[in-house]
Amino acid sequence: MHLMYFTEQPMSAYDEQAGRDFGATALMFPNSHFDPVAGSRLYNEYIEQYMLAEEVGIDGVMLNEHHNAPFCMQAKANIFAAILAGMTKKVKIVMLGNPLPLAENPIRLAEELAMIDMISKGRLVSGFVRGGGQEQLATGVNPAFNRERFEEAHELIVQAWTRTGPFRFEGTHYQHRVVNPWAMPLQKPYPRVWIPGVISKETIVWAAQQRYPYIALNTSIEQTKKIWELYDQVALQAGYVGGPENRGYLIQVHISDNEDKARENAKQFRWMQGEFTGLAHPVWSTPSGYGSPSNRRAFVEFAAGRAMNPRGNTTFEQQVEDLRIIYGTPDQVVKKLKRILEATRPGILALWGNDGRVSQADSLTCVRLMGQEVFPAIREIAKSLDLQSPFEADAPVHLRYSKDLKPAKAAE
Amino acid sequence: MAGVAWESWTVEAGGCKVHLRRGGAGRPLLILHHETGTLDDLPFYDALAARHEVLVPHHPGYSRSPRPDWMRSVRDIAVVYRGLLSELKVAKPALVGLGFGGWIAAEMASMAPADLSHLVLVGAMGIKPPQGDILDLAITGYVDYARAGFHDQKAFDRLYGELPSVDQLEMWDICREMSFRIAWKPYMYSQTLPHLLGSMRAPSLIVWGEEDRVVPQSAGKRYLEALPNAWLEIVKNCGHCVDMEQPEALARLVANFVGRE
Repeated sequence: MHLMYFTEQPMSAYDEQAGRDFGATALMFPNSHFDPVAGSRLYNEYIEQYMLAEEVGIDGVMLNEHHNAPFCMQAKANIFAAILAGMTKKVKIVMLGNPLPLAENPIRLAEELAMIDMISKGRLVSGFVRGGGQEQLATGVNPAFNRERFEEAHELIVQAWTRTGPFRFEGTHYQHRVVNPWAMPLQKPYPRVWIPGVISKETIVWAAQQRYPYIALNTSIEQTKKIWELYDQVALQAGYVGGPENRGYLIQVHISDNEDKARENAKQFRWMQGEFTGLAHPVWSTPSGYGSPSNRRAFVEFAAGRAMNPRGNTTFEQQVEDLRIIYGTPDQVVKKLKRILEATRPGILALWGNDGRVSQADSLTCVRLMGQEVFPAIREIAKSLDLQSPFEADAPVHLRYSKDLKPAKAAE
Repeated sequence: MAGVAWESWTVEAGGCKVHLRRGGAGRPLLILHHETGTLDDLPFYDALAARHEVLVPHHPGYSRSPRPDWMRSVRDIAVVYRGLLSELKVAKPALVGLGFGGWIAAEMASMAPADLSHLVLVGAMGIKPPQGDILDLAITGYVDYARAGFHDQKAFDRLYGELPSVDQLEMWDICREMSFRIAWKPYMYSQTLPHLLGSMRAPSLIVWGEEDRVVPQSAGKRYLEALPNAWLEIVKNCGHCVDMEQPEALARLVANFVGRE
């Protein structure tokens, strides 16, 4: 079991009422509300949280990025990864991940990630994402080619990491005449790639075809089971059997030494009215061409205010009931997490510990209890359930490095 | 206007399957619709068909025409339509471009300045407005965007209903996706088009709704400078979609303009 700490790095130091009056704060909430003095304090507090995570024995810190949004002030995950590569010694630096379609020059990403891998002495996990809809708008990138750019940028980065240069790359969205980066990853064949996601079937299928672990982001147990059903089915077609080493899960869990305080702080997971990728107008979060054509009808109905969010959004109480938000003392939290582990069998588990306006003192308590009390118990449970991480299982980095492939069960 | 017989079929042109609607007789008019697609029947089309052969293609990727995945620019559509005219053996039509369709019409004019009788641009996109910006589809809701084209919201209600159907919303999303695929950056204009219009000799009529909230009127003035033989008409109490908001008035302007040699 690989166990990680995650925070969305909320930029909570703005006038709450101004945000509520404005409505959808992701993308368009004026940055006159961004206070760099508070920003400076918060960035350094997040570094303190990550450093404590390493100190209390957590396996990895999970990093991500978003743009134009108070719900996440990390505008470039590689910057934090580079800082932590130099400041930490043991934790894995798990990027979930770099939004590939936003890159106009993916080779630059390949270089940055190779540098992070070398500086950290091989502690990088290089996850990739498509980036949310607002991200495309914030960076001026065409949402209609999001998936094509994702797959093509991935191909280019992997080639840059594994092929001897110089070579030429002539793609549909990326053309590079001389690919020959003088920064190559330390880990061979290349750093592990994990793929986080929420709803798109296409991403689950793609991850399974690559044999990359898929990290389900805060899905309900039932949704998670369906994801693994699909993943395993594609895995069989690709010639391998999916298992815990292919499965990751991120869940909102706040831990405290006091249940009441834990509950109060856990309510901060709903500080964006429950939208964990921030409050956005649905037209911004799902621009035309960004989502699956199969979800088109549901999304336009939602965008016009005539239907519920197809991603599903419920109350705090319901999310607690569904085990999508967990809070409590270490013992209480472990009991609930055990149910999730038994039902969905992941080999990678990330706890999203703090959000919104949780104080730094309470955030640090949460990280400490996570590392010292919750995770040791989870490790024992994982052992008894044989939930191995990709590292423990020595899983191949990509399908093409597999040594156990069986003939495909069915043609594609 | 009753009595116009319309026919529809699919034409293969320029590597695309183009849904085409045709009605009326007389000097041919090629009508190029908005980025919100087009309804099959509009009073504006009927009014023009009373005196002209009216051709209304649905742009590739919009309304009833399937999407060519390879298409990357608005100029590609203009080339497809040059091929369409050649397939149909229609020579020297008048081009009537509505909003986004105005951009396509201007591109077609720049490609073959002698092969059109008249050019009519109505609230045309395609040129960077010297003042103001073209309304951004990407950050505006489906209904809000479509309504922004109308100064008189009742005119919108008459065509789309007060609460447009989910089918209509879905169609707007499909049209929007195609607009992103071919006009994302720079958004809804070409940096080279104004420089390429200098060879135009056919007369051009530039029409703008005085209350256009989608394309700033300054773009109309820029077209006026770029086209050697052009007039500007402002329609009062009217938004961007002059064709849908004041169909009779626009049809009269077009008929008068195209009627003279």
